[in-house]
Amino acid sequence: MPLADARARVPELLVVTHDPVADAAWLDRLALGCNRYTPLVAIDAPDGLILDIAGTDHLLGGEAALIDDLEMRLSRLGMSVRIALGPTADAARALARYQTRPAPDEDQAVRRLPVAALELEAEATTALVRAGLKTIGDLASRPMANIAARFGAGAANALRRILGDAPSPLDPRIAPPPVATERRFAEPLGSSAHATRILAELVGEAMKALGERGKGGRHFRATFLRSDGLARGIEIETGHPTRDTALVMRLFAERMDGLADPLDPGFGFDMIRLAVPRLEAMGATQLKLEGGATRNAQMDELVDRMTTRLGRGRVRRLLAADTHIPEQAQLALPAIDAPPPEPWQAPEPGEPPTRPFHLFDPPQPIEVIAEVPDGPPHQFRWRRATHAVRRYEGPERIAAEWWRRRDNAGLTRDYYRVEDAQGRRFWLFRHGLYDEKPDPRWYIHGVFA
Amino acid sequence: MPHESHPSIAGLRRRLARITGEAEPRGAVAGRLASGHAGFDAALGGGLAKGRLHEFFAADALDATSAAAFAALLALRGSEDRPLVWLRTADAGRRGGHIYAPGIAELGGDPDRLLLIEAPDPKLLLACANDAIRCAGSGAVIVESWGRWPALDLTAGRRLALGARDEGTTLLMLRLAAAPSPSVAETRWSVAAAPSRALEANAPGAPAFDLELLRRRGGAAGGRWQMEWNHDEHVFGPKVDEAALSGAVLPVAARRATLPHGAAAA
Repeated sequence: MPLADARARVPELLVVTHDPVADAAWLDRLALGCNRYTPLVAIDAPDGLILDIAGTDHLLGGEAALIDDLEMRLSRLGMSVRIALGPTADAARALARYQTRPAPDEDQAVRRLPVAALELEAEATTALVRAGLKTIGDLASRPMANIAARFGAGAANALRRILGDAPSPLDPRIAPPPVATERRFAEPLGSSAHATRILAELVGEAMKALGERGKGGRHFRATFLRSDGLARGIEIETGHPTRDTALVMRLFAERMDGLADPLDPGFGFDMIRLAVPRLEAMGATQLKLEGGATRNAQMDELVDRMTTRLGRGRVRRLLAADTHIPEQAQLALPAIDAPPPEPWQAPEPGEPPTRPFHLFDPPQPIEVIAEVPDGPPHQFRWRRATHAVRRYEGPERIAAEWWRRRDNAGLTRDYYRVEDAQGRRFWLFRHGLYDEKPDPRWYIHGVFA
Repeated sequence: MPHESHPSIAGLRRRLARITGEAEPRGAVAGRLASGHAGFDAALGGGLAKGRLHEFFAADALDATSAAAFAALLALRGSEDRPLVWLRTADAGRRGGHIYAPGIAELGGDPDRLLLIEAPDPKLLLACANDAIRCAGSGAVIVESWGRWPALDLTAGRRLALGARDEGTTLLMLRLAAAPSPSVAETRWSVAAAPSRALEANAPGAPAFDLELLRRRGGAAGGRWQMEWNHDEHVFGPKVDEAALSGAVLPVAARRATLPHGAAAA
């Protein structure tokens, strides 16, 4: 119907230009969103999505719950959808697009589909209907050879796929591939030094590709494939997105120097591949007007180098954790991707620190003599030395987190700040009250400045 | 221990500097890590020189925390908001305890400025220290080592000192459970815990330190201070009963002997 006709019939008609690119982009976003149900989401252009939920539906409480969830989310986006489940991808797709009559079970539903569900050419469909074959079930009752002879192999194949007699593979939409470059060699490279130079070229190319996308790499993986079939992968990470070839090559050099068994070309490398699996947005940067880079960049590079050399777990920052259990009050997280800092507890003005500078984790057992059983320590023995307590403050009673564990929350600790005759300050605690435990043990948990 | 109290030694040093091509043997110092303790700062010409190597020995293995806290507090208060790099070996947490951020926060420091690097062994610790001092972005680098450290010989120490000087990084070496040995450090300290001033009900008071200057390059050693950390104002102050202790200030003669060198270096 021409637009003019339509407008004549419905004067208040809203006209929107068809934009297939925007439709495809929207469908792509929906497909990405459907990754919450399964990693295998295929796009059925122009307006369908096929989800392979085999083995993942139970995570959402079964097929029905999954469909409810999907419908709810899509309707919130203003989409009206038809959802069908089927034993094969093609059957499900045909049910979603062509089902008109209800059926008692899946098999019957497929058999009651109109032959249009085969999506043959219009002539073939008309011919089928004229021959009295109106549904898939009618067609399936005929010998397959006759159908192939009369309507072509395509019709027979489509029928087999809907019925599940032939495979109907999915072409899942996967995340856009990260930046990757590679170089193949006609003659294997025999020298590591040469391979490193090639790697530098590859890094340069990858950086250019990253720059075009406005991204920086956080994670780089170089794979050296040897002509005898062995492959060696070397990975580095940076704390911030980078497009600095020299920096990345320094980190690669650092990693290669630290390898327990060095990169061995053997009979030669015939391919070197560089992938950047982790990208992050990175705007173009500008140096400071007064000259020089920002100071922060040097620290970032130190973090990257040290992490490359020693490993993620050895280069750390301390973060506050919201608990009053002393040993859990700080988190030591890898500096390379530590979250932004949380504020720390500010000191009480005029009061000495109540938490030690050094903490023993686990606490170390000590032998304590106290004047009264539940009183402060009078003398204690730690690391084969006896300390007489001259000053003390306490107890600071720290209860176990009873709201976390119902059965056995743990013992209450009584902390004392003590100072010995030499002026050293320690943090001791008695693990358990006397009505919790008959003979509670004493531990040293930290040392004050 | 070499004192450069004689003018001829100073003259020889200047000649040596001309030969080795070092324009200024004890070049201009970028700044000073001041403690806030008047006597201490005055004796050192304003505090510990930045961009130099300083050694802190714990007087006893049990004083490790005092030595570490003193170095950390000095570095944290003296380097604006720049990060502090703390290198230690993997076994340091077991021997001396883990660095405890809530405790640092209660001392008035900002634990977010701390970057902890754990090297698996002393050899790698030295390599990492060499890298860390070449990072000009840090306020100070603290290298904590336990026991003897054979890898740190005179050559390695000199390399560290030169690297720190070239980049202007302050390097504080914490030598815990170790005996002082010859080195190229600008100053060398022995730190011990001092009894604190008791609060009400005989409770331990503010952190107190007992410092002894064991060696000072181009100056007289000796001198002992008792200090107390005031976390509200971020300064070290004298322990109030310090006047009662003897030997709290430098001997007059030693101070006079350092004057000509100060003039020559300036």
